[in-house]
Formats: sequence, structure tokens, C-alpha cells
Amino acid sequence: MTSAHSKLYSDDVSLVVVIVDTNPFFWAGAALPFADFFGHLIHFVNSLLLLNHLNQVVVIAAGVSSCAYVFDSGNAAASGSPDVAATFAKASRKVEEFVKQDARDTAGNGTVAGGGAASLFSGALSLALCYIQRVFRSGTRHPQPRILCLQGSPDGPEQYVAVMNSIFSAQRSMVPIDSCIVGTQDSAFLQQASYITGGVYLKPQELSGLFQYLAAVFASDLHSRAFLRLPKTLGVDFRASCFCHKKTIDMGYVCSVCLSIFCKYHKKCSTCGSEFSRVMPDLNSMPDQK
Amino acid sequence: MGTMTIGAKYKTTLKDPGTTGVLRMNEDKLAFIPNDPRSLMKLNVDFRTIKGHKFNKVDGSKPTPPLLNLSKDSDKGGGYMFEFDNVGNRDLCRDFVARVLGKHQGIVPPRPNAPPEKSVAAAGPEQLSSAEMERRMKLLREDSELQKLHKKFVLGNILQESEFWATRKNLLDDEANTASKQKPGFRSVMLADVRPSADGQTNKVTFSLTNEIIHQIFAEKPAVHRAFLDYVPKKLSEKDFWTKYCRAEYLLRTKNTLAAKAEAADDEELAIFLRNDDIVAKEAKLKIKRVDPTLDMEADAGDDYIHLPDHGILRDGSRETTDTDSELARRTLSQDLNRHAAVVLEGRKTDVEIADAKTVAEALARSKTETPCSSIADDASHERLLKVARMTEIEDLQAPRSLPYAPLCIKDPREYFDSQQANPLRPLGGDGRKARSCSLSTDDAFRHLMDQISSVKVNKLSCPVVQSNVALKVLNELNEGISRSRRLNLKNPQDSLLGRLPHRTRDELMDHWTAIQELLRHFWSSYPITTTVLYNKIQRVKDAMTQIYQKLQDIKESAQPDVRHEISQLVKPMTQALDAAFNHDLEQQQKSSKTGNKPNGF
Repeated sequence: MTSAHSKLYSDDVSLVVVIVDTNPFFWAGAALPFADFFGHLIHFVNSLLLLNHLNQVVVIAAGVSSCAYVFDSGNAAASGSPDVAATFAKASRKVEEFVKQDARDTAGNGTVAGGGAASLFSGALSLALCYIQRVFRSGTRHPQPRILCLQGSPDGPEQYVAVMNSIFSAQRSMVPIDSCIVGTQDSAFLQQASYITGGVYLKPQELSGLFQYLAAVFASDLHSRAFLRLPKTLGVDFRASCFCHKKTIDMGYVCSVCLSIFCKYHKKCSTCGSEFSRVMPDLNSMPDQK
Repeated sequence: MGTMTIGAKYKTTLKDPGTTGVLRMNEDKLAFIPNDPRSLMKLNVDFRTIKGHKFNKVDGSKPTPPLLNLSKDSDKGGGYMFEFDNVGNRDLCRDFVARVLGKHQGIVPPRPNAPPEKSVAAAGPEQLSSAEMERRMKLLREDSELQKLHKKFVLGNILQESEFWATRKNLLDDEANTASKQKPGFRSVMLADVRPSADGQTNKVTFSLTNEIIHQIFAEKPAVHRAFLDYVPKKLSEKDFWTKYCRAEYLLRTKNTLAAKAEAADDEELAIFLRNDDIVAKEAKLKIKRVDPTLDMEADAGDDYIHLPDHGILRDGSRETTDTDSELARRTLSQDLNRHAAVVLEGRKTDVEIADAKTVAEALARSKTETPCSSIADDASHERLLKVARMTEIEDLQAPRSLPYAPLCIKDPREYFDSQQANPLRPLGGDGRKARSCSLSTDDAFRHLMDQISSVKVNKLSCPVVQSNVALKVLNELNEGISRSRRLNLKNPQDSLLGRLPHRTRDELMDHWTAIQELLRHFWSSYPITTTVLYNKIQRVKDAMTQIYQKLQDIKESAQPDVRHEISQLVKPMTQALDAAFNHDLEQQQKSSKTGNKPNGF
């Protein structure tokens, strides 16, 4: 952490990690076909690279049972100026490989019920943060990192703890998480992520103009953001998932020791093992209003 | 607790010269009777009307009179001001007042309709030290919100003083930790030689010994300590003992070897002081044994020049020479320094107040016996000692013992309310666009996605990535959204949800919110109910919650129609939280009645 802070930031050079939802169940029924979405994405990536020749873009695909890096402009930059065709060819090949692998993994583990799986956003966020940490530790001057999540499928409440942990580590490393929802449902996770890390949360209405949204809202570097008026979220869904059944709850019980959240009263905290049954002079448990 | 009578001046204002008279205080009342019977400044005040007390700081730098201010109402600042002749009187008075006020505020007077609280009565009112009381008062003074809650619940007989503070232990501990707990150790200044002062006219030489010095002498010269324990008061009086000690010191200082020898032969007690300290010598021998055997200390001693003429350390104007032959004590400066340093580093083990030489000697003896006798300096004990030295901590350099805690950082509740306002407008679960139900199997879904990717590869990128009319639509939507959110989220307080409410209602709501939080904390912490005290507490808390519930309903109903919706939005989470508590209570009652136990399971 300290090493990250003492470093010099290049204030208008960005490192953008884009997390792309490749959940087949979502794209099968999405209003915007994946082919079009992919086109918008490639153009956006190229625009970022054109904005500053030092900009760096990494794309991470979040599938149903795995996630992986599918594009890194750092590797491609050797050829010189960014080339749309080259980016496109490289990214599409990698995405194809990734989806094939993801399909094999999904078929293999068998736990994914047909039609109802969430994408592995917790894993993708962790990958993104690892990449950013590596960049932090590499040289004395590094670009300003940020994460952009393009999510379509609904949140997976079972990933609540992992996602929240990623959010908090992003907050600690001062990495904003931007979110752009390409699906129909608002994402409580990403609302919280953007709220906590100071990123932008956006749920576009006109999905065929996705590139326009991306370019208008998410393309500007962090330094310029201070001078721009970007969309603000009205209200954040602060609801948490309970740790016992992974349900999203309005009101529940909070462990007084480790702050784990439960939807009903337990004698013992399943996370830290504290027992609530004893009569204690101080607080045992109390419902927390969210 | 008794009464207190003290001379004081009663002042109506700070500038007022004051009326001299007598201040009389007992546990219930304070009365001021002016010396001049014609004066109208008579006072007869019930302590129950006094809510707090303040005092000014008096130091030598400014001629400020010591003042004590008894305030009637901490908010309004009305009260009685007294000036005292000196700080001592004021402090006496202040402590008395603190005790009386503590007693008044610590006791909850029995409520006529409440069931008798046996255990409380048995425990009696809390005995609080005045320091504890001061801490609580200080916290209340500094935090007006806390003060409000305290007034509402403790003075309103809903919570007991102890219950109120039990949840705020951390605050109190923090306050307590800031006070220094440093124990004074030995001074590092060499006190070993008690300097004689001669008045220059007579031959009399005066040594002045204080208890502090005596303590240090005992610590540095174990032989003197042993002699004191042996001889005083059986053989010698304390005064004689020290006279002899000083005489011996004097002889040593003047290096009058012959005289010293003669006197030592005459007086066996005096001889003790003149001889080398055998205990120290024994310890030194043990220590030498522990020295690295590869070190030849005698050879090293030969390397220095101290024993040569014209070399050595100047002490008291004369050159020191080591003369080991003499039976009499010949302490060199380096020996003294070493011994002193060892004692200072060892630190003060006894916590006894130094009252007189006798107690000091005994306390020191006790602490010595506690430390294991290391006459057999084997390697094991040596290692242990090393460990002890490493483990011995210097207390005031350590972090406080209490586990560190991070206070929950709860943001301004206003933000929460504002975010609540938008949520009902946009319920989670999306807008009109419903996703087509995807009843595809896993394979089908992946196949579809792969088809999409292949089509991308074949068709390449579409040339205008966004149609211009769509782009315009997007820009319009973004613009509109930004200006709308600006209108709603503007930092201007008039535009936030709470800002739109009338001032009075808003303050009332915020007050209720903090009150509810406090009550709920006490409510939930009382479960499971195991004692009568807890049962009674729950009843009291429940009553208070019902009252607040009623008040919230009143606020909702009496609201102006244009803000009624907003108010009900704000009140909803509060009533929900209260409902959860009431439901829990009801459940518990039903459960206990089902099992046939007495109500509430005790």
C-alpha cells in the first residue's frame, strides 16, 4: 500500500481494466446481441488507446465457471500504434478460446443449473486488482488504474463476501470501479462498488448506442473527471446478502464480533464461532437496519 | 457523606466582587449565609436542581481566584458561582459537589408503579470514584447529543446510569487511558553521596536526608539496608542510625583513613558503613562468573591508566586512586556509577507510598524476598534472568492493554435517508424491459454465444458503430439524467429530503432516530431475559419505545400534505425496526407461556 501511494502517478495516463460478462444464459436472451456488444467494446477499447499513447487497456472475461484475461494492450503495443483490426482479431480469437474453455468447465462441474447461473464477477474483480497491484509495483511511474464492469447477468448473492472484499481492497488501493449495466436488472453489488470506490454507476436505456455511453461517460481519465459532470446514481441499494442462505435481506442479525450477517437468529456465529446464547453484559446481537 | 462548611464568596457574575460568607453543604442542600446579615445574597438550594459543576484552572502564572460554578441547567448556563480563598478549599468543595451530584444522578428514584427491584436495592447505588464521575461529566459536556440522550433516558428513569454507561465503556476507557500512569522511578542523578553542607562558622556539618534519598540509599547499598532492618529500632533509634551513617560517609569523604580505622574499632555499627558492602561484593562476584570466559578482566584492568600516577578521574577535587589493600571501603567513581546505574535500571519495584524510613525498608525487603535468591548462579537461572530482562517492559512505553477497537464509522444518517428516497422510486428488479425467459440448456446457451462470436469474426466490425440518431438519443438521455440528478442530489440542504421538511419536524425526527437506536441497543442486549432486573429494564425500554412509536405516528398524521409522503418514507425504517423489536418480545412471551413457565422465563 505505502509503496503504491508514494509512487508518482502520471495524471492523465489510464490503465483501464474492463470486465466483460460472457454469461451465455444472459446473452442468449439479451436485447443487445453479443456480436453487436463485442463491436461496441472493441471500438471503446481502441478509443481508449487512441486517447493517450501511454494508455493501457486490459479486458477480462467473466464466464460462468471461470474468468481469464482476453486482451492486454501492453502485449500488443510492440507493433506501435493501436490498430483496430489487430485488436479485433486478437480479442475475438481469445474470447472464442475462453468461451470454449468455459463451456467445457461448466459441462464438467455440473453444478450450474440450466439458465440460472451468475457470472464469476468476484473472480474477475480479483484478477483485475491483481493486475493493478502488479503495475503498482513495477515502475516508479505508472498509469492511473480504474476498473470498468460491463455486467449483464444478475448478481450472484453467493459471491457477496468475495465481491465485497474485492470492493474494499479496491477502495484501499484507491481504484475506482465504474459499472455499466447492459442487462435489465440493477446490480446491488456494482451500485455499492461504485458508491464505495467513487466510480460511476450507469444503467443505459438505449443499448444500441452502448458505444456512445461508454465514450461519453467512461472514457475520460481520472484527472479530467474532476472537471466533468458525470451521471450520479440516485440511491444505492445497500442491502446485504445473509451469510447463511445467500439471500438478499432488508433486515437481519449481525454478529457483534465479526459483523457477519444472518437472516435469522443463530445460537452461534457460523463465521467466527462466537456464541450468542450466553448472557453477556454487552451486546449480543442486534438487528441492523439497512 | 456528611456535611461541609467552608468560607467562600458568592458571585452573581464573573465581574462581581462577591459577597463573603459561609457555604454549607450537605447531601441534599447547599446554603450560603453571608457574613453581613443585612445582605440579600442568601442561598438555600436543593442539590437536585444542580445539573453540573465547573471549575477554573488556577496556576501560578496569573492571579486568578479559584472559582467553582454550580450550573442549574447545563444548556442555559444559569447557576451559582463561588470564589474561594485558595485552590485547596476549592478542590475540597469541588470533590464534595462531584460526589453529591454523582449520587443524585446515579440513583433512579423508585417508580411508584414499577415492581420492586430487589437486586438493585441490594447492590445499592453505584459507588463511583470522583475521577469516574469527572470522566462521565466531561464526556457529557463534550458531546451534546450524548447529553441529550442521557437527559432523556437516565433522568427520565428509562435507563439506569450504569446501564447507560455500560454500552459506552470504550468512551470512558479512552478518557481514562489518556491520563498518565507513569510511576516515578529513581532519579538518574547520582544521589549516592549525601552532600554535607557546612555553615562555615561552626564545625558542624549537616546532612539532610529525605525519604526519597533513604529509599535510594537502601536500594544502592544493601548492607545499609540490612543493618537498618537489624538495628532499628531495637539497638539504635532511627536518628542515631542515620547519624552514624552520615558520620561514616563523612569519614570516607575526607579520606581520613586513620580516623576512620580508629572509629571503626570503637564502634561496631559505624564499622558496617565503613566496610565494603559485602552483599554488593557477593553479587559482583556472581556477575563476574557470568562474564564471557574468554574475557580476561585482570589483563584488561592492566591496560588502562587509572592506576598510574597522574591518571584517573578527578572527583571532588582530588584524584582517585584504587587502593585495594585497605579493609575500609574505597569506592571508585566508576563503581559508584555502575551501582547507581544498575539500581536505576532495575527500577522501583515497590508501589508503597514513601512515608518513613521504616516502611521503605520493609517494603524493599519484601520485594527482595520475592525475587528469587540467585546464590547458585547456574546457567539455567542465568538464562531465565536474561529472558526476564528482555520481557520486562517499560510500562509507559507500551500501548494500552485494552484491545484496540475501531469505532464503527457510521456516516451521516442524512445520506441514508436520501438514498432511501430514490429506492422506492426505482424498485430493484429492473424496469419494463423484461428479459426473455432463458430456458435454454447449458449447451444451447454456449452454442448461441459461440455462434455470435463466429458471426462477429465473419462480419467484422460494423462501420458506423452507432447510428447518429441513436447517438443523439443517448446524449439527450445522459444530459437529462445529469441535470435531474443534479436537482435531486444538490448539496444545497434545502433540496435534500430532510431539507424540505420543516425545521422542527426534521429535528424531531433526528432526535427520535438517535433515541430509537439507543433504546433498541438496550432492548436487544437484554435478551435472553434471565433476571428480574433485565425483565424490568425491558419493560421500561418497551414503554419508552411505545411512546416514541406513538409520537412518530403523530408526526406522520400531523404532517402537511405536501411533505407527508416524504415523512412516511423516513419514518418507515424507524417503525420497521421498532416493529421487529415488539415482534421479538411477543414471540418470547408466547414461547414462555407455551412451555408453561412463568412469564419471560425466569
